[in-house]
Amino acid sequence: MGSITLKNVSKVFGAHAVIPSIDLDITDGEFVVFVGPSGCGKSTLLRLIAGLEDVSGGEIVIDGRKATDLPPAKRGLSMVFQSYALYPHMSVRSNIAFPLKMAGEDKAVIDKKVADAARVLNLTDYLDRKPRQLSGGQRQRVAIGRAIVRQPEAFLFDEPLSNLDAALRVNMRLEISQLHQQLKTTMIYVTHDQVEAMTMADKIVVLNRGRIEQVGSPLELYHKPDNLFVAGFIGSPKMNFISGAPAAAHQAHTIGIRPEHLALSKEQGTWRGTVGVAEHLGSDTFLHVNADGIGTLTARVSGDFGVTHGDPVFLTPDVQRLHKFDEKGLAIR
Amino acid sequence: MATLHTRSAARLMIAPSVLLLLAWMIVPLAMTIYFSLLRYNLLMPGMEEFAGLSNYIYFLTDPAFFQAIFNTLAIVLGVLFITVIGGIALALLLDQPMFGQGIVRILVIAPFLIMPTVAALVWKNMFMNPVSGLFAWLAKLVGLQPFDFLANAPLFSIILIVAWQWLPFATLILLTALQSLDEEQKEAAQMDGAGAWSRFFYLVLPHVSRAITVVILIQTIFLLSVFAEILVTTNGGPGTQSTNLTFLVYAQALLQFDVGGASAGGIIAVILANIVAFFLMRMIGKTLEG
Repeated sequence: MGSITLKNVSKVFGAHAVIPSIDLDITDGEFVVFVGPSGCGKSTLLRLIAGLEDVSGGEIVIDGRKATDLPPAKRGLSMVFQSYALYPHMSVRSNIAFPLKMAGEDKAVIDKKVADAARVLNLTDYLDRKPRQLSGGQRQRVAIGRAIVRQPEAFLFDEPLSNLDAALRVNMRLEISQLHQQLKTTMIYVTHDQVEAMTMADKIVVLNRGRIEQVGSPLELYHKPDNLFVAGFIGSPKMNFISGAPAAAHQAHTIGIRPEHLALSKEQGTWRGTVGVAEHLGSDTFLHVNADGIGTLTARVSGDFGVTHGDPVFLTPDVQRLHKFDEKGLAIR
Repeated sequence: MATLHTRSAARLMIAPSVLLLLAWMIVPLAMTIYFSLLRYNLLMPGMEEFAGLSNYIYFLTDPAFFQAIFNTLAIVLGVLFITVIGGIALALLLDQPMFGQGIVRILVIAPFLIMPTVAALVWKNMFMNPVSGLFAWLAKLVGLQPFDFLANAPLFSIILIVAWQWLPFATLILLTALQSLDEEQKEAAQMDGAGAWSRFFYLVLPHVSRAITVVILIQTIFLLSVFAEILVTTNGGPGTQSTNLTFLVYAQALLQFDVGGASAGGIIAVILANIVAFFLMRMIGKTLEG
């Protein structure tokens, strides 16, 4: 089945090591998300697994089979591209049927599989249209349809939602998650959006500069980040970092506290500050507070906490949920 | 062109160029038609008289006329065949990453920049000459009798020369089309299990079909009137074996001094070109839409 193992995989472009060395285990049926800032090597890693790039060193094992030197088509994977990469001159039907046709399947089998995929993805009414006559979300579904008809060992998604508008993105996120529940096939999903990563993943792989910073379930990463990078990357709004005297009081080089773990009061608290900007979301309000002797802190309060610019407030961190880091940026536990 | 106002303004702006073009076209056409109805020979100046359609009858019953029509079509189709297929092949090769790509691409364009007369002379004297040509030398090298291209296969030789000149044009247009093919589409096809041939057939060929149409349309326009290559190599001969319509009209007017007959031939050539254009647009024009 669709287990994927990377051993010591590296990728070098010229003199630049995009991926120095990565070890990773992906078990069958998992929804794994590679997340990281742009240029962190997450797409390159996906393309290495797909076989669209050659590895510079190391080994890729797919389903117990050494796949390092196999061509992309022989790896039993299918991929959904950022631009969808639909074939523009073919109808939706031929697009979805293309991998089956290339595999030399029987005409009747192809028709049935295409019909099945179209039903799952709500594309039955659009089978005879050309890709350019479809909306962004429909194109996305055609690309997914083309990927699922092959019944691959694993799906690879390369930032598939980044070309969609915000509302549609939330929708497609759900649809992909549901698809994963239905098919129970391994999925590897690349994104730079930590919200997508948190909402969809069974397992998140946080990448930074070609290195794995941490691997874990969304909540593990949220509650127990291994280092400053993961702590700052996961969670929205970002975790507040404080160094200097307030950190030394907790025997750490840097302490981190999430905006939702700062208690606010108009009367008393640990740190004093004034409100800089208040972002009202309705249910919540994000306050950017200029704390005396600390700097700007972001705090999340309920939507009816009535303060405006310039008001004095007091902040109290929840000490239980304080994250401590040493001078190398690693978590102290 | 959204409102009534901008539409009429646009018409007003276009009007001068339309009128100018019309005059530019109509006046020579009218004069040619007028001449074609006269008995007008340069050897007998001042003796012009109305001749009715006799010039047309004379031109259309000339056995050289049918040979010329066949030759014209043979040149157009032969050159198109070589340049489109050769152009696709060359474009595919040039699209591969390689050392010295820029220089190679400039070299490939070079034949297109050489004047037709010069190119034809180079081919005639340096390649196809049965005594001192490169092909003769090659033939002798492997112990074969040198082949006199221009005497024994004049039409084929001209097709070869003209195709050589137009190959860079086709290559260039097709190469730019190839380069605009989305890299992710190629990768998607690769993931879908398409081999090199399937990728070419299902992905590359449909993608460049519009460029192929453009190449065919533009080249047909120019290939219908090939002239310089014929004049400097075979002079239409031997006999009329390599005479096309353009060359036949030239021979009528300036070798036989029959301006009336040549004008009639010119009008017939115009009509034929329109027929070709009509069928061409019907056959492949639809690829240009949408």
